[in-house]
Amino acid sequence: MHILDFNKLSLRDINKTLQGSDKNSSFSIRNPKGSHALAVGINKRITVKVVGSVGYYCAGMNKFSDIKVEGSAGPGLGENMMSGNIHVTGDVSQYAGASGHGGSILVDGNASSRCGISMKGVDIIVKGNVGHMSAFMAQKGNLVIFGDAGHALGDSIYEANIYVAGEVASLGADCIEKRMTKKHLSNLENILSNANVSDYNTDTFRRFGSARSLYNFDVDNAKIY
Amino acid sequence: MCGIVGLFAKKENISANLGVHLSKMLESMSDRGPDSAGLAIYGKPLASKTKMTVQSRSPKHDFQKLKKFLSAKKDISFSLKIHSTHAVIKLDVKQKDQVASLINDTFPNLRILSVGKKMEIYKEIGKPAEVVKRFEIAKMKGSHGIGHTRMATESAVTTLGAHPFSTGEDQCLVHNGSLSNHNSLRRELIRKEMTFETENDSEVAASFITYKINSGKTLKEALESALVELDGFYTFVVGTENGFGVLRDPIACKPAVLAETPDYVAFGSEYRALTSLPKIEKAKVWEPEPATVYFWGH
Repeated sequence: MHILDFNKLSLRDINKTLQGSDKNSSFSIRNPKGSHALAVGINKRITVKVVGSVGYYCAGMNKFSDIKVEGSAGPGLGENMMSGNIHVTGDVSQYAGASGHGGSILVDGNASSRCGISMKGVDIIVKGNVGHMSAFMAQKGNLVIFGDAGHALGDSIYEANIYVAGEVASLGADCIEKRMTKKHLSNLENILSNANVSDYNTDTFRRFGSARSLYNFDVDNAKIY
Repeated sequence: MCGIVGLFAKKENISANLGVHLSKMLESMSDRGPDSAGLAIYGKPLASKTKMTVQSRSPKHDFQKLKKFLSAKKDISFSLKIHSTHAVIKLDVKQKDQVASLINDTFPNLRILSVGKKMEIYKEIGKPAEVVKRFEIAKMKGSHGIGHTRMATESAVTTLGAHPFSTGEDQCLVHNGSLSNHNSLRRELIRKEMTFETENDSEVAASFITYKINSGKTLKEALESALVELDGFYTFVVGTENGFGVLRDPIACKPAVLAETPDYVAFGSEYRALTSLPKIEKAKVWEPEPATVYFWGH
């Protein structure tokens, strides 16, 4: 385990070291003090543990690597990630996992607004609550919420699955509650077991998704324009 | 983009070092606002006295002249302390209106930035580190304070365009965001006899809140009506005699982080602004909810 300390190294040095490291190496990052854009653009299988809270855009564009933040993360966690795993033990701010193509994000605390906006295949698990406009225009992947969801959940959603165990403040345009089928139950179990989450009861979850009424232009609306 | 910081002391160890903490917090937000910076510091109130912060572009000349002018008025007792381009005048609470109109009538180059028992406002163009050094903020003590680093979007980089904006006695406002209906709202407020110094959108927000309070609303009610009438993006922090309040617009794009320990409540646009505070790693840290008014007071 290599230790990289912000008290001794610059952000650029730390990111260069991570990006240029050998496959399967592991790092512990100390004293991040809310720094932005930490551990971004990693495209190999390495393990990164960050001790402390981070700022904007942590672990953006992640590919293959496992990144754990022992603290909270600012806006844009794991933006456009392709694969790998991100685990945050605290809370995360706005638009966590935005446009993520794959991999998984696990948040032990709460996620703020626009969690999973335009997600394209990533799995996002939030043990707490999510803010308003989460899964806005979500296209693919799964958003699992153990707590409550804020207003306009899944607004203009395409084909992602949203599973919520708590209350939903309101659903966005074209997002509806859907039947929890056996297929979806096993999908939910898979997502959670892949993320090593064990303390749950799938019966408490409800499923939400697209009504698909925005897919095609409705000729009856022509007169509006 | 702009940066906001705020610190509310619950214990003496924080209030004794308020200026030190706020200086570090403000400097950490330099990336978010390198154009100009400002602070409102709430110090000890003086018995039956009030403080008036005035600003001048040629302080040497103007403040000497002001001192001479006020000294010649036999019925006015005052003291004047110069802090770079600002001066704090302490005077009898009963004479504040008289002195304010004397200054406005006789000294067109002087701007009254604030009036209050506790509040002093310091703001200037330049990097946050230069601004806190210029006013020796680190030496200041107080129960609470708020600060702002500005990256101008809606109007010119000037001293008067810097934040905080006074919204009344011992009240001020800082803003991160941009308002889209500030021109029409300014015209409406001008019709209601409010006056403006700048083309700045945040000044309109400050004036809007002042107008609402003057027409009998509480600060909480004024902020709630801001939710209805202000269009645009905003995270506001408002300073009051007793504490500070926070309001984010319903979309809440503009970031905000709060932290609380037994010793203080702190606000930062980012967590970075809070990392220099004592025992921050043990603090309760959270994001304020959109469209919700928060307050901390003594």
